[in-house]
Amino acid sequence: MFKHLIYYLLITSVGAWSTSVHAVLTIEITQGTDVGIPVAIVPFSVEGQVKPVHDVAAIVAADLARSGRFSLIPKQDFLSTPHRNSEVIFKDWRIAKAEALVIGTVRQRSANQFEVTFRLYDVFREHQLAGIRYSVSSDKLRAVAHQIGDVIHEKLTGERGAFNTRIAYVTKEDGPTGITYKLQVADSDGYNAVTILKSRESILSPAWSPDGTKIAYVAFEQRQSKVFIQGVTDESRELIAGFPGINGAPAWSPEGRRLALTLSKDGNPEIYVLDLDTKRLQRLTKNRVIDTEPAWSPDGRDIIFTSDRAGKPQIYRMKVGGRRIERVTFEGDSNARASYSADGEMITLVTSFQGKYHIGVLRLKDKVLQVLSDTSLDESPSFAPNGRMILYATAVRGRGVLASVSSDGRVRQLYKLEEGDVREPAWSPYNRELALKE
Amino acid sequence: MKNLYYIVLALVFAVGVAACGGGASVKDAPVDEQSTSSAETGTADSGSATGESISEESTQMVAMAGERPTVMRVHFEFDSSAIDSESQALIEAHAAYLADNPDVLLGLEGHADERGTREYNLALGERRGQAVRRILRLLGIDGQRLTATSYGEENPIATEHNESAWRLNRRVEFMY
Repeated sequence: MFKHLIYYLLITSVGAWSTSVHAVLTIEITQGTDVGIPVAIVPFSVEGQVKPVHDVAAIVAADLARSGRFSLIPKQDFLSTPHRNSEVIFKDWRIAKAEALVIGTVRQRSANQFEVTFRLYDVFREHQLAGIRYSVSSDKLRAVAHQIGDVIHEKLTGERGAFNTRIAYVTKEDGPTGITYKLQVADSDGYNAVTILKSRESILSPAWSPDGTKIAYVAFEQRQSKVFIQGVTDESRELIAGFPGINGAPAWSPEGRRLALTLSKDGNPEIYVLDLDTKRLQRLTKNRVIDTEPAWSPDGRDIIFTSDRAGKPQIYRMKVGGRRIERVTFEGDSNARASYSADGEMITLVTSFQGKYHIGVLRLKDKVLQVLSDTSLDESPSFAPNGRMILYATAVRGRGVLASVSSDGRVRQLYKLEEGDVREPAWSPYNRELALKE
Repeated sequence: MKNLYYIVLALVFAVGVAACGGGASVKDAPVDEQSTSSAETGTADSGSATGESISEESTQMVAMAGERPTVMRVHFEFDSSAIDSESQALIEAHAAYLADNPDVLLGLEGHADERGTREYNLALGERRGQAVRRILRLLGIDGQRLTATSYGEENPIATEHNESAWRLNRRVEFMY
């Protein structure tokens, strides 16, 4: 299954805008749950003159398999191939040992318009758990498939999936003419990789705007770090901070109108909030230590950040105005680069013990820290918008790769490039562009 | 070594004072030393007060200070911007060169090893650059001529993942 999945991702990605095959991320599950929920996904029927370029059911199946929480019933065990409600015989699926069944149709409505319908059933209770119809253009078929995957994930596990999302990351390729860095955006399955920035110098800290349309990031230009905001689909690019000293660590406020960032223009790295409309800067910290890596709480009231005011980097929290600073982390030698889960109850961070750097999750309520990775150079963790998975960067045999882990530590995946390094991942919010009908 | 340190300091001071007074002779002095690398030329120079008292040992330092020092980086301990005595001596040699060449600007580019987060390391690299800048200013170099920047952990000179690579990468580069 995994081999098949990787092959599938590779061949379907050839058409992407991306410049080389090496730039395709392949994803493999390195650890799944002991017992996944057995699901049967019947290939969707296709009606119309033009065959859609994407196999919706196959994309749904790949999503569910990749999550590590489902086991897919092999097609040779199917006793029937229903596409419509009236064609479902539940007994067939009990024999096939499926707990859930997914059927659907893809119908061409006009030259470039498709109607996708799917139904999800509880095989034992013999009733429908979900039924949704989408009307979309062909370039949205993959997004529809990912959204169907999210619905199935939610109905069967109680938690929404994070398939209909994207990831941003930075690749580093060492070619004959030197090093090239690329800021890329891809679907959560690695497909549709698009390079939105190419540079001879390093790019870091991409951060998605809350509406998913823009990315703030740090790029070096004229030997200096600067903060930019760039549209994900359009070419717009705006210099946000290019002050003397360092300009770094951009973080969007939950409503998307302000950016917290680190500037050393006044002599020392301090945290500022920039109002993106008025361009007014407000300084939140003032001292002689390093304060950086701000991140907003989902309710917009607090900012957590990294500071070495106690000697080594630790996580602190303050009110957005800069008042009431309190230390949040006490375990480990140091803690850094924290960010919140969507419900505001957890933060993920980089925690170090004995010179090794791991990804951790801290429950804010009781300050319990769970270490989720056992590799030694892990960094840049971010939560999926459902708060159930964390995407981060690590190294495998000296090469930079991405990894994800469920916040309970049970499911793990690895995202690799054929050549070169991949690093600085950031998980997007949910795509909001789909029209759907229940 | 300690003696040498004071002599160089004295020299830096003397050159600095001289630079304020009669410019031309001071500019000539290092050129003389540069052209003659042998030890006894030390006393043949400018005729400033300190010139007479220079020992053989220090002459080489003068030559080094007169030219641009060949070593262009200083290194640091993990998560530290403390300057050790070896680095201090090198920074003083650069200070001497800068004092002799008042039109020369210097960029101080701080770097960190790959351990720790990238943004923290960006800040740490700058702190290292600022630490070197502070010493140069204490040695009389105008802060306007000195710019501290940081590349964090983004431009390592050694790409292995071990202590010897990390030690090389924790550095401030002198960018003339």
